[in-house]
Amino acid sequence: MTAVTPPPETLRAPLVVEFPFTRSLGPVQSAFLTGLRERTVLGVRTGTGEVLVPPVEYDPATAAELRDLVEVGATGTVTTWAWNHEPRPGQPLATPFAWVLVRLDGADTALLHALDAPGPHAVRTGMRVRVRWADERAGAITDIACFEPHDSDPVAEPRPHDGLFADPVTGIVAPARLDYTYSPGGAQTRYLRALAERRTVGERCPSCSKVYVPPRGACPTCGVATTDQVEVGPRGTVTTYCIVNIKAKNLDIEVPYVYAHIALDGAGLALHGRIGGIPYDQVRMGLRVEPVWSDDGRYPDHYRPTGEPDADYDTYKELL
Amino acid sequence: MTPHRPDREVAIVAFAQSDHRRRTDDLSEVEMVMPVLHEVLRQTGLKTSDIGFTCSGSSDYLAGRAFSFTMALDGVGAWPPISESHVETDGAWALYEAWVKLLTGEADTALVYSYGKASPGSVRDVLTRQLDPYYLAPLWPDSVALAALQAQALLDAGATDEPALAAIAARSRQDAADNPHAQLPGARPQGEYLVQPLRTGDCPPIGDGAAAVILAAGDRARELCSRPAWIRGMDHRIEAHSLGVRDLTDSPSTRLAAERAGAFEAPVDTAELHAPFTSQEVVLRRALDLDESVRVNPSGGALAANPVMAAGLIRLGEAAARIHRGDSDRALAHATSGPCLQQNLVAVLEGEPHVR
Repeated sequence: MTAVTPPPETLRAPLVVEFPFTRSLGPVQSAFLTGLRERTVLGVRTGTGEVLVPPVEYDPATAAELRDLVEVGATGTVTTWAWNHEPRPGQPLATPFAWVLVRLDGADTALLHALDAPGPHAVRTGMRVRVRWADERAGAITDIACFEPHDSDPVAEPRPHDGLFADPVTGIVAPARLDYTYSPGGAQTRYLRALAERRTVGERCPSCSKVYVPPRGACPTCGVATTDQVEVGPRGTVTTYCIVNIKAKNLDIEVPYVYAHIALDGAGLALHGRIGGIPYDQVRMGLRVEPVWSDDGRYPDHYRPTGEPDADYDTYKELL
Repeated sequence: MTPHRPDREVAIVAFAQSDHRRRTDDLSEVEMVMPVLHEVLRQTGLKTSDIGFTCSGSSDYLAGRAFSFTMALDGVGAWPPISESHVETDGAWALYEAWVKLLTGEADTALVYSYGKASPGSVRDVLTRQLDPYYLAPLWPDSVALAALQAQALLDAGATDEPALAAIAARSRQDAADNPHAQLPGARPQGEYLVQPLRTGDCPPIGDGAAAVILAAGDRARELCSRPAWIRGMDHRIEAHSLGVRDLTDSPSTRLAAERAGAFEAPVDTAELHAPFTSQEVVLRRALDLDESVRVNPSGGALAANPVMAAGLIRLGEAAARIHRGDSDRALAHATSGPCLQQNLVAVLEGEPHVR
């Protein structure tokens, strides 16, 4: 059965990507972040005597290893700024603030952070600021809550520091969350909408005539769009399978169970599915199966034997 | 610095791009990419099976879809197995990899494509995840904020002023009126501050889009294109990641890449600069010593259409297309990646004289 139907409204759904990256720190970053916890700002001195704050382990110009830690001031000078009147999630302050690069007293390079100020009129390049420490500090860049305006004379010289602290921080956990509105595009929208009607719809390549299930909108052999929709199944043939003996977390399926490749009748390749309604050790290549829909009818929960005779190997050998 | 001279002739022989749109909910990534792939193949008469090497550029973080490039590969006909590679950055760097592949003699033709589908997420927030994870990423400084710091540094240095930035925005959108693919063609208000000193007009649109080019070597290029855009040199360089270490008013990496690509050996008539923010065009013009005689971004540039991961490849394609049409004889193309022009690629393209 072939039909060209107008594209239905594309499906959309919220998608959240969250990841807590656990990162280890080298000797320099460990000393710097532990120092912030102790209200001490450390830099690192390069071979030419420059002091880099925030410190790095290798000279950005020469790649030489840097380990010569020094303590710099908690006061500094704004080298450039930008007024952020609409703070975004995760940023240091929830009220309007200035992004600033601050060269701390004793440092030769600048640190990026936020400046708490009443408005853009109160910020200028060259203004003097100081660190406002976070009340609770854990050894992270956010231990600096922000900078605040502060009139003081620059303190010129960095002081030697051994970088040693009790209970040093050796790693950070950097949580991140990104929010998306996911849309699967045309082909997969058509596939998912048909599933909701308990139909399985593939798409045919106009060049090689292969029918892809599930369709992704393109034939990977010919590199052209698949547009002709073709209803396949509902019955199919097990082309190959495996027996799963390990119970997956949060999965309410008793082990062992069988996971199979199933070539639906009329499809040009096999899709994946679980086999139920038959003891796991009686599943075989060639077994004829049909879908059992989930209670809400949106997708096949598993496939069960139809009771037909097994398919002849020659009928599915090209789909293995 | 002596420019590197490639010992094999390689040219861009075809270029296509999508219409860049604020959103493309109705298209998956492969559905968005396929028409531009088909267009460059049509222009050259090549079939997918004729292509010697395929390379793409994209980032999964934009659409929040893991391994999306493997699915986009369906659009190039990846079965039976092809010689293929992918860069997780702008497609300009995919073009660089393909150029190197052709210089080695391992292939005579290459298909390069890239795409960005930014509409599902918030691209300003997504791009914070490419920052240093120890000192920057926990503060979530978004891409506009970082560009605004650079813009203020330029204002403080007296290198530009807000009316000059507005003029760059106006010229770009005016030029884009002749570009049927542009997302923001024609005049538009400079708008309110997004992050001061950058107004909405100083910032690129957020949108979805794709681009593709075909490269070919030597006589193969002459067979496929009546006036190939020969790549006379190409180089890319990177600066220190930490913004506080850099002079944000300058771009030494762009200048070095241009030197190595041979850009300063003879004047160029066209420059396609990947400057998503007006202030970045100021930095790039200074780094590249471009004067008023050079036509900068006749396509409208990234201020008129900035599909992230494709906008740099589009600069190379637009410059090449001007050579194909005979509108340019020697063009510079530039691509950037990362905050405040962190990484920069420069290519010099030439058309053969008297062949139009």
